[in-house]
Amino acid sequence: MLVLVAIHVLAAAIAPVLVRRWGRRALYLVALAPAATLGWALAQTGTVRTGAPVVETVTWVPQLGLDVALRMGTLAWLMLLLVGGVGALVLGYSARYFRSDDPGLGRFAAVFVAFAGAMLGLVVSDDLLLMYVFWELTTVFSYLLIASDPTRRASRRAAMQALLVTTLGGLAMLAGFVMLGEHAGSYRWSEIADNLPTGGYLAVALVLVLLGALSKSAIFPFSFWLPGAMAAPTPVSAYLHAAAMVKAGVFLVALIGPAVVGATPWRPVLLAGGLITMFLGGWAALRQVDLKLLLAYGTVSQLGLLMVVLGAGTRDTALAGTAMVLAHALFKATLFLSVGVVEHVTGTRDLRELSGLGRRVPALAVVAGLAAASMAGLPPTAGFVAKEAAVEAFLQGGTADLVVLAGVVLGSALTVAYTLRFGWGAFAGKAGVPTTPAEPVRWPFLAPAALLAVAGLAVGAFAPAVDRVLVSYADLYPSVGSAYHLSLWHGFTPALGLSALAIAAGAGLFLLQRRGRLRPAQAPVDGAKVYDRLVGGVDRVAVELTGATQRGSLPFYLGVILLVLVVLPGGALLAGAPWPQRFTLWDTPLQAVAGAVVVVAAVAAARALRRMTAMILVGVTGYGTALLFILHGAPDLALTQFLVETVTIAMFVLVLRRLPAKFSERPIRASRRGRIALGVAVGVVTAGMAYVAAGSRVATPISVGFADKAVSYGGGKNIVNVTLVDIRAWDTMGEIAVLVVAATGVASLIFRRSRDLGLRRDIPGVGSSDSVRPRWLTVGATIRQQSVILQTITRLLFHAIVLFSIYLLFSGHNAPGGGFAAGLVAGLALAVRYLAGGRTELNGAAPVDAGALLGAGLFVALGTGLTAMVLGGEFLQSAVLDLHVPVLGHLHFVTSVFFDVGVYLIVVGLILDILRGLGAEMDRQQETEDAPEARTKELV
Amino acid sequence: MNPNLTYVLVVGVLFAAGVTLLLERSLTRVLMGVILLGNGANLLLLTGGRAGGPPIVGTTAGEDMSDPLPQAMVLTAIVITLGMTAFLLALAYRSWHLNGHDEVQDDVEDRRIMELADRDEGPGTADNDSPDGEPPQEPAERPVVVSGDAGRAQ
Repeated sequence: MLVLVAIHVLAAAIAPVLVRRWGRRALYLVALAPAATLGWALAQTGTVRTGAPVVETVTWVPQLGLDVALRMGTLAWLMLLLVGGVGALVLGYSARYFRSDDPGLGRFAAVFVAFAGAMLGLVVSDDLLLMYVFWELTTVFSYLLIASDPTRRASRRAAMQALLVTTLGGLAMLAGFVMLGEHAGSYRWSEIADNLPTGGYLAVALVLVLLGALSKSAIFPFSFWLPGAMAAPTPVSAYLHAAAMVKAGVFLVALIGPAVVGATPWRPVLLAGGLITMFLGGWAALRQVDLKLLLAYGTVSQLGLLMVVLGAGTRDTALAGTAMVLAHALFKATLFLSVGVVEHVTGTRDLRELSGLGRRVPALAVVAGLAAASMAGLPPTAGFVAKEAAVEAFLQGGTADLVVLAGVVLGSALTVAYTLRFGWGAFAGKAGVPTTPAEPVRWPFLAPAALLAVAGLAVGAFAPAVDRVLVSYADLYPSVGSAYHLSLWHGFTPALGLSALAIAAGAGLFLLQRRGRLRPAQAPVDGAKVYDRLVGGVDRVAVELTGATQRGSLPFYLGVILLVLVVLPGGALLAGAPWPQRFTLWDTPLQAVAGAVVVVAAVAAARALRRMTAMILVGVTGYGTALLFILHGAPDLALTQFLVETVTIAMFVLVLRRLPAKFSERPIRASRRGRIALGVAVGVVTAGMAYVAAGSRVATPISVGFADKAVSYGGGKNIVNVTLVDIRAWDTMGEIAVLVVAATGVASLIFRRSRDLGLRRDIPGVGSSDSVRPRWLTVGATIRQQSVILQTITRLLFHAIVLFSIYLLFSGHNAPGGGFAAGLVAGLALAVRYLAGGRTELNGAAPVDAGALLGAGLFVALGTGLTAMVLGGEFLQSAVLDLHVPVLGHLHFVTSVFFDVGVYLIVVGLILDILRGLGAEMDRQQETEDAPEARTKELV
Repeated sequence: MNPNLTYVLVVGVLFAAGVTLLLERSLTRVLMGVILLGNGANLLLLTGGRAGGPPIVGTTAGEDMSDPLPQAMVLTAIVITLGMTAFLLALAYRSWHLNGHDEVQDDVEDRRIMELADRDEGPGTADNDSPDGEPPQEPAERPVVVSGDAGRAQ
């Protein structure tokens, strides 16, 4: 069975290729896949007749206990015949229905055969979860097939409607499956059936499962999606929406019916839903003028009948039900295919326009007539045999069954009426309507329909043979009274009389309607309208919700986030935080002085109106923080903070020279008060958190052990630096990556094209015109309008500063310093050169692409880590080398220095990018903007 | 460990001033808010470890040493704040360059949805509302004829 599924998958994969090569003829080849299903199922008939299932299990996800458990009993065998047989014939029909140059043909063939594979998997799945997967696959393929013509709005709408309705049902069904499976401890139906829950639990699970089955089989109130799905091409309607997919719900009911038929809501739900659907569908079919829609409503009605018969749950009804499934697939597929032929030869399927077709295409009329006879339940067809069996089965039952029987007879009368309407509408000559011109029908186009019709006849003729196989399913139900057997002739029984009555009543209904005495009104309840309201309602709620929460305003979003910070952690602080009773004012009084400076500067910065003022005040808080770091005993931090603060101020100056001096707009007073209130609240909460967190600390810090390890493993005395490049080197790795991203972001925001272009233009000695090699750290010859003294001094100092940065880099392992601080120092050296001499000076000092520095840094850092790995250590593990070099003496060397070199390069690259982007490129853009203005002024 | 009130106060004020600036619309102000918040957060981290001498072996005795772990974390945070400052500055400049100001604008798409909500309308995609208010229960268009040329199609 798994092989069969694989064949379908393969066929779906190669179908587009085949179609591209051979056009529509390729569909015959594709049809081999479902034909294989049919052949295999036929070959298994002998086994099935004994009642023993064919089982196949392949382990799939053992951790989840999910196996591909396949199992074919009688019911699945029957479905396989239909799925394979009708599938192959419809594909053969499609090879004539479509044209080779239809653009979607390859896609159609692939999806169609994939659907056949999914349907095959659905009916043979023993594992309910597996079945659910196939179930939803059929839904998805059905969606794709309904929307075969995505340019039509009606197609898209119908496809979406079918998808939403059946998926919703499918989800409910999944929940039901999970309830059953969790209770049984297995998801195989063959095991669940022996281990069912009871009472309310079972009732809820069954209702959920039924939701899936009923929505899939278009039972009231889900009926509306099926007529809409007629937007699909006719072969799709014949296969999915008559023979195969809509039967999935019926199949599920039949599959689990024998185990749960006695459970509370099972029978009432199915009988009521089925009867209502049967009436509404039959009634609506009488109103249709489109032959295809007439058949669609007929299908809805028949599906209702199937639910009634299979839901009743006795041996005889089960037998009748399976026969009916077979008969319905045969005649309904034939009729759909016939409508497709009618449409092809006449160009319409509106029964008001068709006239006299029976005389013009008699072969088609005969084929359709045979199928219609089966639909109406006339002897000697399969439909007759099945309906007789159903009527007889209900006759044997009690009072309740007689009520159902009355409904079934009435439904049959409606069926007869719309069958007559179909035959009359499609083929009869109508007074006042000119005979429809029609092309002749060629036999390959008609053959699939004819085969199906003949099959319907054969099932009727060989009813006892069919009976011998189907009985093994029916016997799963308890038998009431004598066991019925399918046969064409049972003698003059009451059932035969009721059949005749239904036929007579149906003919009467048809004639009444013809004479205009009966005008079927639209059903008062319309599922489609409810669906539209629901979908529209969901859309409205979505808009209101989105409109209420997604304000599109950054301050609003931040405000919400911060408010949560105030409410939740703030609330927790108030509710039950262990407030420390003991505290210190300061470690040294100097801290209070530095703290006061920071506090005053921060408050003033928040109130400042001018950008430059605010910037300087923010800088003061930064320097003040650095002071606090020193007093805390963190020289590395203080060093880095001082440097960063200086670079930040330089950056601000570079950008602020372009922006207006004052902030553009003072926010309105009310909202400003709100901001301040929120700010103060966040400040208070954070201060509270700091107080509580610091006071709550009782455990020994993990860093107590760092000192020894830093020396013995890291080979360095500066614990903070060793932590960065060794103990927590992974963190640093991530952080330098962030720096690279930030630098790239800056460059991409400022440079209009590429970083490289902006650079090349300005580097003296780089480019094709000048072949002089650029020199690193050069002192260029361009002293222009800037202060000569300043420029000269910076040139003198530059090399000294760079040298100092390299010293910091290498000494950082044992003394304050390290890659970050050293990189910042080198960056500041570059900044000084730029500020003193502009971009020419900068390019003279660093004639290198910032991107290259960033890349090289990342490469070196990663390379250090990977080298350690290659040599058998862990990523970024460092090794200590103690060498005795003659002249230099003892050399203590740690490999993590290379990692620090990478950090150094990245920090220098970042600052170079900032200087180039926020400095040099901005200068250039300013100059190009000023230039035309200046020229215009001159002209004026 | 006893909390240091100076730190607690400074952290609180830095957060209060930072948040106030962060909620503004001018990107420059937002950026200054971010820097103040960054400084505040760094100090907050530092309060988690005790103060003392520099954590350098040989300079300070083990028991007098300040806690090195928060310091390592803060150090990278400082440099990342620098990268972020640069990025936001570039953003502010770009905004000014393109729009003539550095204000954070409201999202246009969100604004459109809010207008829909104010008018009590749905999203109004083509497939969901029918023009005449009647759901097209039956396909309104002519039947699908894949091939108009019936003779060739057979």
